[in-house]
Amino acid sequence: MKGIIGKKVGMTQIFDENGTVTPVTVIQAGPCYVTQIRTADRDGYMAVQLGFEETKQQRLTRGQLGHLKRNNLPALRYLREFRLRNGEAGVEEGQKITVSYAFAVGDHVDVVGTSKGRGFAGTVKRHKFNRQAKTHGASDRERAPGSIGATSTPGRVMKGQRMAGHMGDERVTAQNLEVMVVDDERNLLAVKGSVPGAKGGLVIVKAARQRKGRR
Amino acid sequence: MSNLIKALENPAPEHPQLHPGDTVKVHVRIVEGNRERIQIFQGTVIRLRKGGNDANFTVRRIASHGVGVERTFLLRSPRVERIEVLRSAKVRRAQLYYMRNLRGKAARLKEKR
Repeated sequence: MKGIIGKKVGMTQIFDENGTVTPVTVIQAGPCYVTQIRTADRDGYMAVQLGFEETKQQRLTRGQLGHLKRNNLPALRYLREFRLRNGEAGVEEGQKITVSYAFAVGDHVDVVGTSKGRGFAGTVKRHKFNRQAKTHGASDRERAPGSIGATSTPGRVMKGQRMAGHMGDERVTAQNLEVMVVDDERNLLAVKGSVPGAKGGLVIVKAARQRKGRR
Repeated sequence: MSNLIKALENPAPEHPQLHPGDTVKVHVRIVEGNRERIQIFQGTVIRLRKGGNDANFTVRRIASHGVGVERTFLLRSPRVERIEVLRSAKVRRAQLYYMRNLRGKAARLKEKR
């Protein structure tokens, strides 16, 4: 089973023995527990539900506690499901999933996070529109979007026209990141490159969807 | 949280403590194809930056024809084999960028005693 829940710790860079520097994002990954297994017979699809981060009992509802109690698990703050592909190695309910169980150095993973919220953002920031001239008689138009359509034909603004609006704070997946470090002792995982979201944000790490390891 | 990052970083190498104004010899490992050799870069430290694995320092030297050459090294890189401090100077800035505008006799630094 290739998947784990974690929290983004931050970025740094690491050296290999030749001195090549790789930028990495450090993730505090797991330990997670298997809280439930979804089967094709009962649920119509195959998946594993993982729970992450122990918390105080009073933070959860009785329903949530009851769900966890079936497997004698501690109170867990986050529950997330991971779809299983056909023939993927199964796990048992109640099993503890650590970083090294899920991933090894050199694996390629997708990391899902919630991007940093940017609030109500204009078109320049949100859609990379070009800024207009600051001089040559332009006034109050520097970051204006420009024309949003023609006049009486079609007489309306086309659907999907990119405009200002809320930006960020949405689910984003960073695909095909290479696993650089797996530290079971401290439950740390380091992946090459950046990962969506702020430090301390919840991230889901799963096997890369498009390409399973290069070369 | 940042303690978790530190856990993954390399231990600080045993180089002598550098200060701005120090004249240093930096022994750098250079890999050419499958051959490896040591190159020495000698000059004045004009900048130090801390920050764990990101820590770096910049060395300025005057190459031939009076051309100034600056090179920045990552302090914790295994490519930096050895650092020798030849002399230390008395300076009153943390960043000695003003050295870039000085040449010849004006670009000397007073030695610290």
